[in-house]
Amino acid sequence: MVAITYIEHNGTRHTVDVVVGKTVMEGARDNGIPGIEADCGGAFACSTCHVYVDPAWVDLLPAKEAMEEDMLDFAYEPDPVRSRLTCQVKVTDGLKGLVVQMPEKQI
Amino acid sequence: MTGIVVVGGGQAGASLVAKLREVGYSGRLTLICGERVPPYQRPPLSKAYLKGDMDRERLFLRPESFYASQDIDLRLGDWVTEIDPAARLLKVGGETLAYSQLALTTGSVPRRLPALIGGSLGGVYVIRGLADIDAMAPEFVAGRRLLIVGGGYIGLEAAAVAASLGLEVTLIEAAPRILQRVAAPETSDYFRALHAAHGVRLLEGTSLDRLLGSGTVRAAALSDGRELETDFVLVGVGVSPATGLAEAAGLAIDNGIRTDEQGRTSDPAIWAAGDCASFPHKGTRIRLESVGHAIDHAECVAANMIGVDRAYIATPWFWSDQYDVKLQIAGLNTGYDRVVERSGESLSTSIWYYKGDQLLAVDAVNDPRAYMVAKRIIEAGHTVDPQLVQDPDTDLRHLLAIAAAPDTSAAAS
Ligand SMILES: Cc1cc2nc3c(=O)[nH]c(=O)nc-3n(C[C@H](O)[C@H](O)[C@H](O)COP(=O)(O)OP(=O)(O)OC[C@H]3O[C@@H](n4cnc5c(N)ncnc54)[C@H](O)[C@@H]3O)c2cc1C
Ligand code: FES
Repeated sequence: MVAITYIEHNGTRHTVDVVVGKTVMEGARDNGIPGIEADCGGAFACSTCHVYVDPAWVDLLPAKEAMEEDMLDFAYEPDPVRSRLTCQVKVTDGLKGLVVQMPEKQI
Repeated sequence: MTGIVVVGGGQAGASLVAKLREVGYSGRLTLICGERVPPYQRPPLSKAYLKGDMDRERLFLRPESFYASQDIDLRLGDWVTEIDPAARLLKVGGETLAYSQLALTTGSVPRRLPALIGGSLGGVYVIRGLADIDAMAPEFVAGRRLLIVGGGYIGLEAAAVAASLGLEVTLIEAAPRILQRVAAPETSDYFRALHAAHGVRLLEGTSLDRLLGSGTVRAAALSDGRELETDFVLVGVGVSPATGLAEAAGLAIDNGIRTDEQGRTSDPAIWAAGDCASFPHKGTRIRLESVGHAIDHAECVAANMIGVDRAYIATPWFWSDQYDVKLQIAGLNTGYDRVVERSGESLSTSIWYYKGDQLLAVDAVNDPRAYMVAKRIIEAGHTVDPQLVQDPDTDLRHLLAIAAAPDTSAAAS
């Protein structure tokens, strides 16, 4: 288990334990944390699992694939550096303490 | 207080109960699931799960503990067999349950082949539920012969999985081309070539006369007179809305359980959402079979059940994964009169459907940027010049920037 902090757009913080091997999206969904909709269930088809990764963590995550870059390009207010699709980020021991922030809305 | 009962724990049912709690409904809440597993996602059933790339537990939309934590009474493996709308009672597993409001999220039932033409032989499967996939899984062994009946998205996805696992796959489609019911010839052409490149034998304009075998299927007699030997058969010939329960209860049926803009059926205390329900849409009545719709429709109905009174506006989207190709569809192409194609890099392309000047829908193949841009244009009710779309030198960002409401003055003059 790895502790991950999800911060809603209104500032509400949720720190939960997520099993290694799950995705950051599944960690939010399984704990009922609002703000990550994940409509396609992690199929990499919808972009409604968008977050801004805390600046301190950006470089510690595996790099984005071209496909993820493309989907984020037209997500809601993407940040070229901090934006990620959480269904593409697998939880590893190295992510203990990860902090992500949800956008105002998912489109 | 008797509370709200939701019948059918699929994509729509799970979204509906979660939303009810989110919008503040604190009364009794029961979700009745005919299947023995908590609500799960179906798309991976013909994709990653069928291929063996995804754990069963990953399919679940929420962990089972979620429902208890939200004080939702989750009843697994229980079928509702009767509703009495006058008394606001229903029968489930020999028990009678009262409701104050009821939501039907019963989904679809797969069409099967008639027993008369061999539909009930062993080795013949449909692709709808987890139990179907678990039953067919042992058949997916490299070198075995598979016949798929039906060239829609689900049949094609299963063909892709089977071919990737080294099976010898034949797919027959009765219509002149695969995907005929749902896509333009350009999209069919793309996927025909893709499957041919992976060694799948596609027989279009070919239907099944009957399946042959005693006990277990052994061969198929096709409309062109040929007899094709096979080890097993997948039937992917579409679904029908699960309306039996509603119909027996006297609710109005019209290509699905008939609902109004808010999702209410012909009985004021009964609502319906997802695959099983038809609803008003742009002056007509439609029914959609997709995850995105199941979620949005159910969430809208949940709000309306507590008195919000909001009309449902569908923003259709869909996807399909075959081999390493991802198709994303925005909008509904019904009624299109022309398409333009915008070719991207290597294997990517997008097909844009128009009716007159109005952009209706886009099939984006390995081109998520085209999908995202088209989705935003369509959902805003805007359109964009097909000439510009077709021109690979037009930047997608530019298309989004210039998209506007269709010019109706030309039509009036
Ligand atoms: C193999 C497959 C692949 C798909 N791929 C995609 C895709 O890529 N993208 C996409 O957008 N959509 C896809 N779909 C469609 C999508 O899964 C459905 O549109 C969606 O599941 C509909 O949700 P629903 O809740 O309306 O129905 P369902 O998910 O079918 O749930 C209905 C549930 O109600 C239960 N039920 C019915 N009657 C009763 C009763 N009397 N008592 C108790 N329980 C009852 C059923 O057992 C079922 O579990 C796919 C579907 C399948 C089968
Ligand atoms: S959940 Fe749909 S893209 Fe991540």
